[in-house]
Amino acid sequence: MFGFSLRPRKASASTAKERLQILLAHERSGGARPDCLPQLQRDILDVIRRHMQIGDEAIDIRMERGDELSSLEINIEFPGKLGMN
Amino acid sequence: MSKDLIPEAPLGKVIVVTSGKGGVGKTTTSAAVGAELARRGHKTVVIDFDVGLRNLDMIMGCERRVVFDFINVIQGDAKLKQALIRDRRLETLSVLPTSQTRDKDALTREGVEKVLEELRQDFDYIICDSPAGIERGAQMAMYFADEAIVVTNPEVSSVRDSDRVLGLLNSITERAGKEGAEPVKAQVLITRHNKARIESGEMMPVEDVLEILAVPLLGIIPESAAVLRASNLGVPVVLDDPSAAGTAYEDAVGRMIGEQIEMRIAADRRPGLLQRLFGRTA
Repeated sequence: MFGFSLRPRKASASTAKERLQILLAHERSGGARPDCLPQLQRDILDVIRRHMQIGDEAIDIRMERGDELSSLEINIEFPGKLGMN
Repeated sequence: MSKDLIPEAPLGKVIVVTSGKGGVGKTTTSAAVGAELARRGHKTVVIDFDVGLRNLDMIMGCERRVVFDFINVIQGDAKLKQALIRDRRLETLSVLPTSQTRDKDALTREGVEKVLEELRQDFDYIICDSPAGIERGAQMAMYFADEAIVVTNPEVSSVRDSDRVLGLLNSITERAGKEGAEPVKAQVLITRHNKARIESGEMMPVEDVLEILAVPLLGIIPESAAVLRASNLGVPVVLDDPSAAGTAYEDAVGRMIGEQIEMRIAADRRPGLLQRLFGRTA
């Protein structure tokens, strides 16, 4: 661990700090409020259901929190034949 | 273990990682055991039962991807498959994170049972990472367990708390209350084992701990810098560079699934001069 190396790898402690900074910035900003995402999911389902029939499991939300940018990926699966109202 | 030996229907075995005392290595163990099972081809999910103090996600390195959690599923706000996070390194490994904002009262026995029942249909191993203590969260984590890994440091308060937890496993769990059911199969995993301090008489040897607790030994994990490094990086220690702790977890998992592996206490080798000169990573 304290050995001398010509090819030092990045110390793991600095990775730990970066990970914490990103995570805590999101948590402190309230981006992790308990009911924000379930509510979002319900709203999306409601809007889509005005136009077509889909089940509760048809929606899949993925998130990736980043340093400067976060992304929300929403996938909605339709049945083979679109059930338009 | 070849993949052909794994039966078609999932095993659906629930294993709680518990200890009573905090800071002994429950989450590190849950992550390492889960990852090692998955690496061997078993479909494995690790569940964080520490409601309000989510940490398994950090140790597994998926903290930026949490959308829904265990409590959302229990309360019907999300489907189980929407809350499961698939590991990016191992496709057989998933994490079910807990809520960072609720409290332990959100864990209901019926809710936990329903989620575990659903997971049993899909996974070979369901690893329940218990919170510290012996209150509601810890009791919910152990209630439906088939097996228990009791994480213990060779230190008085940890051994005492482990004894307490072993008592609970034999009294308050579903298996304990069911007529004719096998009791929860409990095994001790000694972590933070420090050979030098044991040899100098500062630390209790493993035999003494086992004599007191009187349950079988699953493995001995040496105190290792690799554990801190792995948690810094968000990588289960068995998936990081080879280390004594990683090897010890691999052995423990082998024993857990029935392999005969001699109990050995590995030590991290001090890098030799050449290794130090040219770096240790391949």
